[in-house]
Amino acid sequence: MKRLFPILSVLTAIFLAYAFYQAWWVAPTDAQQGDVYRIIYYHVPSAWTAFLLFFINFIASIQYLASGKASTRTAAKWIVTVIGVAGVIACFLPPAQRLIPAGMRPSAVATTVLLIPIFYFVIGWLFPGDRLDVLAVTTAEVGVVFCTIVLVTGPIWARPVWGIWWAPGDIRLTSTLVLWLIYVSYLVLRRFSNSAQTELLAAALAVFGALDVPLVYFSIWFFRTQHPQPVIGGGGSMDPRMLDTLLISWMAFLCFAFLVCWSRFRLELLHREIEEAHAMESLGGAAAGASLPLSRSAR
Amino acid sequence: MNAVKFLIAAYVATWVIHGVYLGSLVRRFGRLRREEREVKASGFRRSASGLQRED
Repeated sequence: MKRLFPILSVLTAIFLAYAFYQAWWVAPTDAQQGDVYRIIYYHVPSAWTAFLLFFINFIASIQYLASGKASTRTAAKWIVTVIGVAGVIACFLPPAQRLIPAGMRPSAVATTVLLIPIFYFVIGWLFPGDRLDVLAVTTAEVGVVFCTIVLVTGPIWARPVWGIWWAPGDIRLTSTLVLWLIYVSYLVLRRFSNSAQTELLAAALAVFGALDVPLVYFSIWFFRTQHPQPVIGGGGSMDPRMLDTLLISWMAFLCFAFLVCWSRFRLELLHREIEEAHAMESLGGAAAGASLPLSRSAR
Repeated sequence: MNAVKFLIAAYVATWVIHGVYLGSLVRRFGRLRREEREVKASGFRRSASGLQRED
């Protein structure tokens, strides 16, 4: 494991450099926007990565909330399975298809719905017990970093194209800002709350926060907005070379996000081990009249 | 449209944000490693289940 991380880091750096080369020199220039459109190769992959991380945070938080009792765990497994199966079937029934926004393929929605049970069982298997909470805080923090990039690169792109930095009241922009604020408050809660219930409160907040992700994604279909239509699964279209570059960029950012999450996960585990050791030291030292102060340095 | 400066600004901003975050991770790791050494010095050792008190 100790050797794997540096090897993967080097490979990811090469992949990111290749994605950068594709974005600047291989992808064709946009006929309307010129070269500034190339911001898409950082803006959109960052948004997709943030959504994926918040989705993992959502699944881990639900699992953590349900992990208290065996009966709750079993009930949650059945509910998630039923949601997955019923959701996939519904996507191909005409009455439910009318609810799917125009331009979006039912198979794309069905695949997304199917990811809920798949992620639920895979995450539950890979991260048992308290590791679910460690995964939740990890994905929330790294997700906030990627969401920050979306909120910074978006206005930088908007200024030359729309003529304004920000469109006040625009549902896509506002809901993304709200999403960022929800997860920042999640991290603030975890950082400053001393309650024994902090993990449970944070998990509940994360479940409600994740409800904003579909609102952000679908807002451009259901509301009038300045933001353009999505290029994948939506009404927009794109040159195949541009699309290839976008997917390469996203893969590179996913690899990078994986490595950052891995580091943050190890950091959180180390932090918890040291807190536990400090607590044991305090218990043992109480009798001897000496104890170490509790560590809070990882947060 | 001469907007290349916006393109460069967006790319630089992205890597500045990632750099700041990675820097914070490195700083926190350094601080925790120091604390880990202190804890080990006070009679704990690393095992498969984390830091355990030496008997």
